[in-house]
Amino acid sequence: MTAPALRLTAVQKSFGPTAVIMGVSLDVAAGTRHAIIGPNGAGKTTLFNLISGRFPLTAGQIALHGRRIDGLAPHQITRLGLSRSFQVTSIFSRMSVLENIRCGLLWSRGYRYSFWHLLARERALNEAAERLLADVNLEARRDVPAGLLSYAEQRALEIGVTIAGGADTILLDEPTAGMSRSEADHAVALIRRITAGKTLVMVEHDMSVVFDLADVVTVLVYGQVIASGPPAEIRANRAVQHAYLGTPAETGVA
Amino acid sequence: MSETVADTATPPRATARPRRGLRRQWPWLTVLAVALVIPWLFYDWTTGRHSGFIVAMLSQIGMMVIFALSYNMLMGQAGLLSFGHAVLFGLGAYCTAHVVTFSKAGGFPLPLELTPLAGGLGGLLSAIALGYFATKQRATAFAMITLGIGELITACALMFQTFFGGEGGVSTNRMTGHSLFGLGYSGSIQVYYLIVAWTAIAIALMLLLTRTPLGRMANACRDNFERAQFVGYDPRMVRFLQFALSGFFAGIAGALYTLTYEIVTFDTVAASMSANALLMTYIGGVGVFAGPVVGAVLIVLLQSWVSLLSNSWLVYAGVLFILMVTFAPGGLAGLVLMHAPIRRAGRLRRLAGPYLRLAVPSLLVVLGFVLAVELCSFLTIGAAQGKSLTVHGLTIDPHHATPWVVAALLLGPGGLWLRRAVRRFGAAWAAVSDEVKTAGGRP
Amino acid sequence: MEVVLVSLLNGLVYGMLLFMLASGLTLIFSMMGVLNFAHASMYMLGAYFAYSVSRLIGFWPALVIAPLLCGALGAVIEMYALRRVHKNGHIAELLFTVGLAFIIEKAVQMAWGLLPVPYRVPPVLDRALFHIYGSNFHAYRAFMLLVSVAMFVAIWLLLTRTRIGLVIQAALTHPEMVSALGHNVPRVFTIVFAGGSLLAGLAGVIGGNYLVTEPSMAATMGPIVFVVVVFGGLGSLAGCFIASLIMGLVQTFAVVVDVSFADLLARLGITVTSSTPLAEVLTIPLPRVGALLPYLMLILVLLVKPRGLMGTRDT
Repeated sequence: MTAPALRLTAVQKSFGPTAVIMGVSLDVAAGTRHAIIGPNGAGKTTLFNLISGRFPLTAGQIALHGRRIDGLAPHQITRLGLSRSFQVTSIFSRMSVLENIRCGLLWSRGYRYSFWHLLARERALNEAAERLLADVNLEARRDVPAGLLSYAEQRALEIGVTIAGGADTILLDEPTAGMSRSEADHAVALIRRITAGKTLVMVEHDMSVVFDLADVVTVLVYGQVIASGPPAEIRANRAVQHAYLGTPAETGVA
Repeated sequence: MSETVADTATPPRATARPRRGLRRQWPWLTVLAVALVIPWLFYDWTTGRHSGFIVAMLSQIGMMVIFALSYNMLMGQAGLLSFGHAVLFGLGAYCTAHVVTFSKAGGFPLPLELTPLAGGLGGLLSAIALGYFATKQRATAFAMITLGIGELITACALMFQTFFGGEGGVSTNRMTGHSLFGLGYSGSIQVYYLIVAWTAIAIALMLLLTRTPLGRMANACRDNFERAQFVGYDPRMVRFLQFALSGFFAGIAGALYTLTYEIVTFDTVAASMSANALLMTYIGGVGVFAGPVVGAVLIVLLQSWVSLLSNSWLVYAGVLFILMVTFAPGGLAGLVLMHAPIRRAGRLRRLAGPYLRLAVPSLLVVLGFVLAVELCSFLTIGAAQGKSLTVHGLTIDPHHATPWVVAALLLGPGGLWLRRAVRRFGAAWAAVSDEVKTAGGRP
Repeated sequence: MEVVLVSLLNGLVYGMLLFMLASGLTLIFSMMGVLNFAHASMYMLGAYFAYSVSRLIGFWPALVIAPLLCGALGAVIEMYALRRVHKNGHIAELLFTVGLAFIIEKAVQMAWGLLPVPYRVPPVLDRALFHIYGSNFHAYRAFMLLVSVAMFVAIWLLLTRTRIGLVIQAALTHPEMVSALGHNVPRVFTIVFAGGSLLAGLAGVIGGNYLVTEPSMAATMGPIVFVVVVFGGLGSLAGCFIASLIMGLVQTFAVVVDVSFADLLARLGITVTSSTPLAEVLTIPLPRVGALLPYLMLILVLLVKPRGLMGTRDT
């Protein structure tokens, strides 16, 4: 059996005396779409921060395709093929939309720290950037400084920059947060399209999105996993209902 | 918001495809032409001599333009505030001095036209050595480290004789006898044209650098260093390389300094020179590539002209700096660029009236401020130096009450008038901007 | 032995003076995120104001009036200028204080001239308090120690016993949280900035006649205070206190310990002659390098332990 795309083993994280993640073990199989849900403060974003190297672990291990990544710097982890988006939109606000995406492409195209390539002349790079721009439906906003985009457009750009590097393991932190129903539907369609064939882990609060997209759902409550499995199983799980989803009468589901 | 990303109205392409090639660089070419011609406008045809003052000032503008642009590679492009940039400039200058002396004494026959490369190399190596440590940190910590480095090197320059020549500095003679064009460089006008050539080369290279992967990632790290990490870049490495390259260009500027003045002392590495870089770059505008050019020209002009008339030119520069920081963080170039969308919409003329109404009270306040500063200055410093305040032959006595009253009147009521005029101008600006926004798209 | 004891006392006095300066800067930096380059300028203004006031009225009124003037100036600057720059970001605030320091130095030069002014210790304190190992311990030093300790106690009481003090303590380590809790943060900022300026001014009043009062005193004192603040760590007054004392002792001892690298190498059997590479660097005696020590320490601290001794936050 091939190694899972992502494996967390007994991961713990404490900030000073406060324990936030208390022994989380999780396997994410390659090519699946995995959702992490749970009440606020459960530690979902912290988990993402640990996986992507933003915070160091207090204990435990994290492995990407069998290779340990805990303790590595964020840029090293990204180079190994794991990319993430942020809950609070994190883009290059003073650069244009196209430039943002182009920056996301640079490392994966081998440019490294080159100061001898003139970007305007790099045809393959620019074509790839334009294609990605079209994928996230932002062609019309090509030269607009990213900071001037609408909220939904910025979220789309965020996703675009996240996948630009061609990572095969993608972490999306609340990608549809703050969106209207139609915006969220568009975003879900976008996510489904561009993460086809890749491993997707996402944190979500919108249950319709979760049950629509996810193959596996993990429930995190107070820093611990209380259930993990296919969506239908999770929906019927008593403990999950008690902690998070509510009883059938509340959700209106049989 | 109910509209989706795909439904967003398509704004018209704001700019046509830029014309390729040299033709689209016409502003720079104009500046180059002016630089080439301008000494001849002050040429004394009767004696057949160039104006020493003008050539000296123009030479200084040239090297300061390179210095300020190299500083903006850090400040505006990479978001790095350095208090010790003069170190890279000065070390380049010292290296050049030693190389020129070595070349003249029969060592390696380096043509004088290529000596700025020696300075650039000196600056580059210094930047690598010092930058390795400084770029380990970012933001405020980085600024403090550069402050420490600047002071350390300045103290070293005063203490050590072998490389720095101690307090007396290092002298050299640029007439090495080696030249690509057979020139002697005895006169300052030949050095000036060498400076123009190197300034053009440096500007072109620095401009091209902004369009490379490193240049763009430097911008990215400035905007959001975490995001830069999460697209695979190590922000530390980006900072380090940008610092090294900016040292290369600062070193070139230092080399031109050596060739012009033929002596290098500790003030080429001192805090005052670093402050100069900060002043020029910030006042000119950090967000625009050409901003530091504007700032360098302005500050050198201020320094050359105003210091002839007044001891207090630094006060004026400092006040200008603070005003920029508080009200116009984009600098002069930023202010000019704010008008671009208004100009494109053809409504620039609407601002002519408001600007005129702003001009008169501004002039009064500036006059009052200058008067107050000069009075204070002459009361203490000037008196100690035995000078007196004269304007067009009219002597103003700082011990008398009258000039002070005049200054107070200009500043007090003038200031109130200015405040009202500024508020009115703000309203006019907002009105025009709104019009431009709603009309946006219409030709 | 006597040198050690005398230097210890002098170092203590100097260290307490530094603490008076650095505590204000630590408060301002920790709370507002602004590295106030003009802090040492307040120190300078305190000395100059005290000089002018003591020439008109006397030293003892100056001891009260000058710091109050500095505090008032700090309040005005914070309310009308710094607050406006705040929205442009930390770097803009830092640059503003740099420009401010610049202008204050020029203003001082214009108002009082370029040369040092004869700001003297008041005659009543201008004598030896006691003898120790043959040298005198100057009464004024004891006075300085007294004032600094009194100020230290006053700060401690203010921070721990008053409501505003508790808010300030909280904001030292968690500024955003304090704002979120609904405290009038702008007013607290003004108070802290004015208070810090007042402390700096007081340090200037009692330090200006002990050291020297000249237009460049801010530029000389500034980096030393930065080192102390960074060394002590953000958000920690205790760390600031320890760092001040260490700095005071280091600077005092550096002046009396007359060794150089070459001497150390000689102990190991290596002789340094004029033809040895870097001979100049190796033979420099420590007292001459004394002025450089703050900068060296600043760089080392920022590289090795940017959080400082007892810092709770990053810069």
